[in-house]
Amino acid sequence: MSTVAPARPASPEVAERSPKKRKGQGTSPVLWIGVVFVVLFCLFPFYWLVQISLRTSQDIGVAALYPPNPTLSNYSDVFQNDDFVAGLRNSAIVATVTTLLSVLVGSFAAYALARLRFRGKFTILALILSVTTFPPIAIALPIFQLWTDLGLNNTLIGLIIPYLTFALPLTTYILTSFFREIPRDLEEAALVDGATRFQAFRKVVVPLAAPGMATAGILTFIFAWNEYLLAITLTTSKAARTVPAAIGNFNDTAGGGYAQPVGLIAAASVLISIPLIILVLAFQKRIVAGLTAGAVKG
Amino acid sequence: MARIELRGIHKRYADGFHAVKDLNLDIPDGEFMIFVGPSGCGKSTALRMIAGLEGISEGELLLDGEVVNELEPKDRDISMVFQSYALYPHMTVRQNLAFPLRIAGRPKDEIETRVNEAAAVLQLSDHLDRKPANLSGGQRQRVAMGRAIVRSPRAFLMDEPLSNLDAKLRVQTRTELARLQRRLGTTTVYVTHDQTEAMTLGDRVAVLNAGELQQVGTPRDLYAHPRNIFVAGFIGSPAMNFIAAELQGGEIRTARGDLPVNDWWRERLTGASPNQSVILGIRPEGFSDAALEEGTGPEFDVEIEVVESMGSDLFAYFSPESTGARSQSLDDLAQQSGLGDATASRPGEQLVARLDPMSRVAVGQHARLRIDTSHIALFDPETGLSLADHESTAPTLTSA
Ligand SMILES: Nc1ncnc2c1ncn2[C@@H]1O[C@H](COP(=O)(O)OP(=O)(O)O)[C@@H](O)[C@H]1O
Ligand SMILES: [Mg+2]
Repeated sequence: MSTVAPARPASPEVAERSPKKRKGQGTSPVLWIGVVFVVLFCLFPFYWLVQISLRTSQDIGVAALYPPNPTLSNYSDVFQNDDFVAGLRNSAIVATVTTLLSVLVGSFAAYALARLRFRGKFTILALILSVTTFPPIAIALPIFQLWTDLGLNNTLIGLIIPYLTFALPLTTYILTSFFREIPRDLEEAALVDGATRFQAFRKVVVPLAAPGMATAGILTFIFAWNEYLLAITLTTSKAARTVPAAIGNFNDTAGGGYAQPVGLIAAASVLISIPLIILVLAFQKRIVAGLTAGAVKG
Repeated sequence: MARIELRGIHKRYADGFHAVKDLNLDIPDGEFMIFVGPSGCGKSTALRMIAGLEGISEGELLLDGEVVNELEPKDRDISMVFQSYALYPHMTVRQNLAFPLRIAGRPKDEIETRVNEAAAVLQLSDHLDRKPANLSGGQRQRVAMGRAIVRSPRAFLMDEPLSNLDAKLRVQTRTELARLQRRLGTTTVYVTHDQTEAMTLGDRVAVLNAGELQQVGTPRDLYAHPRNIFVAGFIGSPAMNFIAAELQGGEIRTARGDLPVNDWWRERLTGASPNQSVILGIRPEGFSDAALEEGTGPEFDVEIEVVESMGSDLFAYFSPESTGARSQSLDDLAQQSGLGDATASRPGEQLVARLDPMSRVAVGQHARLRIDTSHIALFDPETGLSLADHESTAPTLTSA
């Protein structure tokens, strides 16, 4: 009897689990149709962009799902465009510097929030996060005024500073949850092993928080790379104009002010999406892990 | 190599909690010192103050005669093994072992030799390129030990380093640890809540309770001459039996019968008032089965309630005739040490005798037990203190 008894409660469990498993494997055709629909829905605009970028300017208006006379001329043209090339350079600088600074400063802030005991810690974290709730349009004009006074309009640093104010809260938040999960013992072990506090941070905490830093860095890079509103408000020439702002200005420059260079815009848009697509695909797992870290363990 | 002295050390945490109270200890160079006590008694706090991980609220900590209260952990040259081992998960075993040396900026070839030596001593040579996640519990424990010994520090601190191992491995590692410490001869402070570990490992044992040092001495000394009820009940397994009694006319009167006071005790009880009530402490091995052998000494009839045969020993449980010994210290003991849970009853409510395995005692039957009066202890029920001046080296009262 007693040997049979333990087996009994196990069997309903198995029976319960197996249908769940079948569902999870996703063999249901309804699910597949759903997935295909969602993927098409999401990717169709991007496909449309790509196929427009492959059309000649005469074919732009032709109603077809594919380019009648596919050509790469838009791509070679866009690289001849000084505004675009300067924009690429500006974007690369602004996004990279913003990312590095935001991860550096954010990790110091997050470390303090995660480790040190001080009054009002929660309030500070809440305040930091509340910064992200301001719509950029609300601060674009004040910053423009301020920058005019300070002479920071149309400079790269004039873009990096406001970008940091938006990127830092997110970076700090993500990294705080990462640092919290690193056991205190590890740092203390480093301290008794002869490390200074900073060495313990650099050699033990930072390597362990690297996935969080990668996540925060990528999200910051994407934000700074794509940002449009502040970019058009705070720049006036190709000296500081980033790529999204430069593309937005193709209307006025490339076509002599009246023709809309739709093919050119499409090609430029495809080009600037590529680095982000590569980045996200390469770090897909880390980004998801980074966003859920802390949330699961609470 | 270092002598560690603690002079009147207090720890008050930021929330006002007084975790360590007036701790005075002198740990000579090369000694294996154990801090033992129930969970939450301040052992780790004391150890972390020695390491420099926790500030000292009051008092002085001396290393080789030099006050080091304000010294950073890195400048104390003391290594520590954490209960969690605290291995660096992103480093291989080799990198973990090399970490203290690399931080100290030692030359590469010296690091290599030292790491290889430490790995050989701890049988880790085959695992040097593995990450901690891929090691067994015992291997992780040895890496933690290796990281502590690799730089030949002035002292080792260990916070319950064996508590994450299973019982068998724990006993084995315990022996290896004792051997290693003896070979290196490095001053060691070892924290544990397990009195067996404390008794088997240390040169000396410091018993702590509620942040206060209860007694410090050799394991033998603590067992034979507990200074108070707490130490008496905490050290030894099964725990000492406590029985309410009264001192009357040179006799110890209990509900079970009277015991003569032996010469050793008579000398020490001169100050006791007549009819003073006391708590009588008898170790389980202080009883023997009168049916087995001839002998002298008072005998009692008891009804056996539980018998546990361990092969080499036989434990017989019975109840005292009366309601059992009552005292504030006993209540504290039961509460703080969790002894009450371990024996399924509060101390004093059930008595246990360790008998010869040949004994025929059986559950529900009466047995005649003899008491070896040289194995008794007497405590003041008010203060919980031993009525003996425990400092004097006594000829009797040693464990068999
Ligand atoms: N940072 C802290 N702040 C307040 N109280 C603490 C802190 N750390 C430990 N304590 C308290 O101090 C007491 C002793 O802790 P500890 O030294 O860790 O005990 P143990 O003897 O089990 O190692 C415990 O009651 C614990 O709750
Ligand atoms: Mg502890």
